[in-house]
Amino acid sequence: MIITFDFPAVLAEWPLLAKGVAATIGLTAVSASVGVTLGVACAWARLHGAPWLRTLVGAYVELIRNTPFIVQLFFLFFGLPGIGIKLSPEVASMLAMVVNLGAYAAEIVRAGIATTPRGQIEAAQSLALTDMQVFTRVVLPPALQRVWPALVSQIIIVMLGSAVCGQISTPELSYAANLIQSRNFRAFESFIVATLVYLALAMLLRRLLTWAGPRFIFGH
Amino acid sequence: MTSRTFLRTAAALTLVPLLAGVAHAQNALDDIVAKKLLVVAIPTDSAPYGFVGTDLKPQGLDIDTAELIGAKLGVKVELVPVTSANRIPYLQTKKADLVISTLGKNPEREKVIDFTIAYSPFFQAIFGPKDLVVKAPADLAGKTIGVTRGAMEDQEVGKIAPPGLDIKRFEDMNGTVSAYAAGQVQLMGVGASVAGNFMAKNPQVSTEFKILLKESPNYIGVAKGEDKLRLKVNEIIGAAKASGELNKLALKWLGRPLGDLPS
Repeated sequence: MIITFDFPAVLAEWPLLAKGVAATIGLTAVSASVGVTLGVACAWARLHGAPWLRTLVGAYVELIRNTPFIVQLFFLFFGLPGIGIKLSPEVASMLAMVVNLGAYAAEIVRAGIATTPRGQIEAAQSLALTDMQVFTRVVLPPALQRVWPALVSQIIIVMLGSAVCGQISTPELSYAANLIQSRNFRAFESFIVATLVYLALAMLLRRLLTWAGPRFIFGH
Repeated sequence: MTSRTFLRTAAALTLVPLLAGVAHAQNALDDIVAKKLLVVAIPTDSAPYGFVGTDLKPQGLDIDTAELIGAKLGVKVELVPVTSANRIPYLQTKKADLVISTLGKNPEREKVIDFTIAYSPFFQAIFGPKDLVVKAPADLAGKTIGVTRGAMEDQEVGKIAPPGLDIKRFEDMNGTVSAYAAGQVQLMGVGASVAGNFMAKNPQVSTEFKILLKESPNYIGVAKGEDKLRLKVNEIIGAAKASGELNKLALKWLGRPLGDLPS
């Protein structure tokens, strides 16, 4: 038996696919910007915060990094209504991605900060910069530059991870592909199309972030 | 990755299923008899048709039907748990010989797989809380409803949905029911058995029948063109109907007789 492909049957559903792609991009944009910011804040807290804050942030990082993303997502969507907090699928997905990326980004950024030469900080302090100025002007930019490739990879992992958000009916790309194949049973074609779109998105996102990082985020 | 290697990778990816699909011919029945193994796709999220018991083993009407067919063929049965959304792909990709998984028949499905005669009764409906007034499809406007993606309810709700009905699609029955139980959707479109099971276990959520979506008896799915296997299974079901064995299963699991099933 030779399998015959019917890509037009899948591509005819392009409005669904386009909406899915838009949702995936939207989720990724929000989770990347908020998640990395959260990560930087947590990295600072783990290194310079008060003892109770260090413990709290440490617990958050360990909790998130040692549990599966889908469980975190289900907890937010199916669990929280138990205590009266109802989140829409989109908000639950976004929050889960932010919280997830925040924990991983915290550890990546912390690694970057930890490798800052001691003399650089002392030099900044001897110039009478405040602690906050030392962190945001002297320590953070080169730290981000050192770990940028790792951060970009983590953002892409989170983008690909958004595929499971379809499980709680968030209409992202995998949800669209799954819906199309459940309507016309063209599973191969649907998922081949989805695979290629994810591949293209991931490569574009890597290029974009590699280009934007030095210019806007830790620029000189 | 450059754009040229991207294109090459893309081309290679599209070829893989082509190569994988070449070896098959329409001889599933011979293979089953030769290997003494019948692989059946069953549900584990649709009590009492198929669910996981306290011993963590699948059980239910569909599982018993699978065992019955296996016994009549004189082969061992291997059960593969599937969801509503992936049961037809399992058949198309030959990961299962038969799908006995509360599968209803409709023209779209008949294009891609074949069906045996019906083996058990089933109906789908919209269920919701008692204090929510839903009497006709028009009342659905402005409400949210959970359905299982790819299940019959998904299509049937789509047919009667007025503008303004928010349809949320979940991956399997458990997701749909959990969303309803958590209050994430106001209504659910599910099979009667799933709703019955839910109502029995969650009396605190006062749930009732709202709108009938479809009477749809269950059929066994076989891969397109596997006529030998299909006719053999038809013969087994026909005999089991005549001998009262199927009726016994319906009474055991559904608490109602088999009734008149289309053949």
